[in-house]
Amino acid sequence: MAELLIKNGFVVDPSQKMNGDVADIAIRDGTIVEKVGSDAKVIDAKGKVVMPGGVDIHAHVAGPKVNAGRLMRPEDKLFKSPNAQEHYRVEMGFSIPSTFKTGYDYARMGYAFVMEAAMPPLHSPHVHEEIHDTPIIDEAALPVFANNWFVMEYLKKEEIENTAAYVAWLLSATKGYGIKLVNPGGTAAWAWGLNCLSIDDPVPFYDITPAEIIAGLIKTNEYLGLPHSIHIHQNSLGVPGNYKVTLDSLKIAEGVKANNKFDREQVMHSTHIQFHSYGGDSWANFESKAKEVMDYVNTHRNITVDLGCVTLDETTTMTADGPFEHHLNSLNHLKWANTDVELETAAGVVPYVYDKDIKVCGIQWAIGLELGLYAKDPSRTFITTDHPNAGPFTRYPRVIKWLMSQKAREATLDSLKYCSKVIDATDLHGIDTERTLYEIAQMTRTGPAKALGLSHVYGGLGPGLDANVAVYDLDLNNMPTDPEEIEKAFSRALWFVKSGQVVVKDGEITHHGNKRTVWVHAKVRENHQVTRDIQDKFLKNYTLGIGNYPVWDHLAPNPYVIEVDGEA
Amino acid sequence: MPKLITQVGCPYCGASCDDLEVLVSDDGKKILETRNACVIGSEIFHHATNPNRLKKPRLRQPDGSFKEIEYEEAIDYTAKALLNAKKPLIYGFGSTNCEGISAVGRVAEKAGAVLDNCASICHGPSFLAIFDNGYPSCTLGEVKNRADVIVFWGCNPMHAHPRHTSRYSIFPRGFFTSRGQMHRTVICVDPRETDTAKLADMHLMVKQGHDYDLFNAFRTVLRGHKIPEEVAGIERAKILEVAEKMRNGRFVMIFFGMGCTHTDGRNHNVDIAISLTRDLNDHTKASIMAMRGHYNIAGPGQVWSWQFGFPYCVDLSKGTHAHMNPGETSSIDLAMRDEIDCFVNVGTDAGAHFPIDAVKHLKKHPFITVDPNICMASEISDLHIPVRIVGVEEPGVVYRMDNVPIQFKKVIDGPESVPSDEELFDRIYVRICELTQTEPIWVHGKAPVPASTSRVK
Repeated sequence: MAELLIKNGFVVDPSQKMNGDVADIAIRDGTIVEKVGSDAKVIDAKGKVVMPGGVDIHAHVAGPKVNAGRLMRPEDKLFKSPNAQEHYRVEMGFSIPSTFKTGYDYARMGYAFVMEAAMPPLHSPHVHEEIHDTPIIDEAALPVFANNWFVMEYLKKEEIENTAAYVAWLLSATKGYGIKLVNPGGTAAWAWGLNCLSIDDPVPFYDITPAEIIAGLIKTNEYLGLPHSIHIHQNSLGVPGNYKVTLDSLKIAEGVKANNKFDREQVMHSTHIQFHSYGGDSWANFESKAKEVMDYVNTHRNITVDLGCVTLDETTTMTADGPFEHHLNSLNHLKWANTDVELETAAGVVPYVYDKDIKVCGIQWAIGLELGLYAKDPSRTFITTDHPNAGPFTRYPRVIKWLMSQKAREATLDSLKYCSKVIDATDLHGIDTERTLYEIAQMTRTGPAKALGLSHVYGGLGPGLDANVAVYDLDLNNMPTDPEEIEKAFSRALWFVKSGQVVVKDGEITHHGNKRTVWVHAKVRENHQVTRDIQDKFLKNYTLGIGNYPVWDHLAPNPYVIEVDGEA
Repeated sequence: MPKLITQVGCPYCGASCDDLEVLVSDDGKKILETRNACVIGSEIFHHATNPNRLKKPRLRQPDGSFKEIEYEEAIDYTAKALLNAKKPLIYGFGSTNCEGISAVGRVAEKAGAVLDNCASICHGPSFLAIFDNGYPSCTLGEVKNRADVIVFWGCNPMHAHPRHTSRYSIFPRGFFTSRGQMHRTVICVDPRETDTAKLADMHLMVKQGHDYDLFNAFRTVLRGHKIPEEVAGIERAKILEVAEKMRNGRFVMIFFGMGCTHTDGRNHNVDIAISLTRDLNDHTKASIMAMRGHYNIAGPGQVWSWQFGFPYCVDLSKGTHAHMNPGETSSIDLAMRDEIDCFVNVGTDAGAHFPIDAVKHLKKHPFITVDPNICMASEISDLHIPVRIVGVEEPGVVYRMDNVPIQFKKVIDGPESVPSDEELFDRIYVRICELTQTEPIWVHGKAPVPASTSRVK
């Protein structure tokens, strides 16, 4: 029996309302327990902060578009890859790190779980192959649904039950976790080179609107009672003035109540909200509408958001929002990869430099932080960078620094070439809020775990939870005056215990851990029509046999399957 | 009763058909019949049960003959050859599964080898163009369901990808292309009158080596500028006509092959083909795709991109990181400069495909072939290790030419005691760890295997 005791740390665990209480965390066989025996291995955390393992609700870390980015960008490796740790695999890349580096870097930051944010169903074996090769961290993946032929056909006829049967089948076939929407209808339009820029733009041929797709999938999600809500990347991403579309989309969730047995309260998770909080009508008068968007979110408890903070790095944008990547490419004229996926979705990849010398980039940076600071309920507002779109996940510690320190924000603001124009277009300069460690833990642990319906596994240190514990070199009674120390502490955990196994010590990997793949199996009544429709489309329109579509079990050798009774 | 296995993947060309039906004998050992396969694909299945199939490794003797040896000995020989070399090269992978490719990645990292795949002598120039210009592409189902203008440039699927045109590009009736071939305009650009050219609605017989000029002419016309009366041997009127076809297409698909990558201009031809695709997207919807040769030659590009960040020419000899610089770390260049002191040929035939001077240099040092079949490389090898045939005797993930992963099943049991590529390289890896007295690294989901036992799936 492997026992571990993490002693005397300042425990910051919002799931138990612990705000720096000095306490011991006892671990037995990968699980947190009340207490352990006297011969348990002891980790002395005296004077250090102890938090649950981090939970990332939205990052692009595995799958075809991430790999298209890696393949197409050798320059992302050159002079940007650290030397491998002895006895560990090589670590290559910066904005789109190799799978090994992805696992190692998340572990070094004390993260236990990462959600791959967009899985094209046809490519799901690829996603799982990469997840398989990503060490240490637990992962799940969200298949994309909002431009899928089945979904659009059923929802056009308002057939929620059929949509649900299809969703349940696809989740099992792809070993997926929940319902992701990316530019509803717009990506389907992109198959003809078009787009849907508002929620009332009809999708070519399908004669359904994005609003109808969003509303239908919310109903489907709650009909099934899935652990996570719909997870939406809205229409009109990255366009000046798009905050109106954002508010229109958020309003679709009004009045809908969550139906699930997983302690989830929201019915819509609106992702990388930074890209959707833009005012102005051109890049010339581009400005922040963070306040307008966050005011709405603050007053509607059935919505959660993640930030998608711009980190001012050279990075690689990638999204199933195919038309957006094409548009972005027309702005920066760098290389452009695209993949339209039959019957299901599309994706694009374009490198992007968030340059401190460009006004718009500075404003984008400020908007991400404003949203994080305006949030009244940090447990519904999660820290992400939409990795790698607004910046790589390895910058989370930097985002935490900015949110925790006005001094750090001002220093970065000062370093922008168009500092005064950024100040004019945003409120950031006037905001003196500084997030506490407790709030950071809500935004990176407890909150996202709950929104994913996984608070019974991750995001807390209560007995019975998975033993994911990070120890950071921060003294709660004597917090550093230099904000750089905060970034440093969160970049490299002193200790990280993943499922009861010490995997990081002094910021270095010490073990490959016990990685798991998490997915949802939703049980629904047998639905002959949907079965027939699936067979029919595979016969006529897909170029792959239906028998070769479901992901083999051995591609995800360490499964953690969440059973949902969709018939109940 | 013989058993009919359906939706079987075909381990031959990059079209990676997965609709084959294979009739297997009662005892699951013999292939009686294949259906839906092209003549080459069919042959691969029947070849598996050829009585002359090798079942043991063969080691070259001092007198030049081959002697059959045990797998243990072959594994030990390979492990030591890799360890003794300063710059070993492990090359091939057109015809194996991603599980095997991944296992080789682990071996190469441990041994400090250079990893390269057949793209190096094939679509390598396409990679160079993609590094510079990106890759606006789609899956083959999009072509089937939507494409109404199909361009085959420097490729001849009627011979190289026999079922490509019937499954994806010309004949199939898709959702928005319900009249099949009648719905499509097929344009072939090739200096030869190939069988694909004969099938096309329009054949542009481009002057050999002048592909770049013709691409450039199309771009010029689409941007509204004038072109000379004749470009690359094609009359202006014809160029204008084809440009108009593309502009008015609802979905334009450009397939390109070795006729672009291995003629004057090489990567620049592909680069401008991608630029043409980008330009076309200002007028309509357009996509481009490389006609990848083997059923899983896209596989190593994918696996190594996620493991090492590079699709080919991956030099791991530095020990701390991967390095890619085609020209410096590419197989042919390394071999021509005589930098390689151990060569492992996996699932391909470098003996047939490499220039003779490169092969001569490689032959000075240990030369090992891992392949189910006898080929030119196996016959000049110091050691030939037979393995199971992926897609016939061994399941696995493969990537089709459009990078769609397909889970190939197996239809019969392989010869007893013959390992898969994955098992073989895992055992070589464990042997290397034993020899260097280091702990094996299994990132995930796999228990260490002692070199002396075979893993049973």
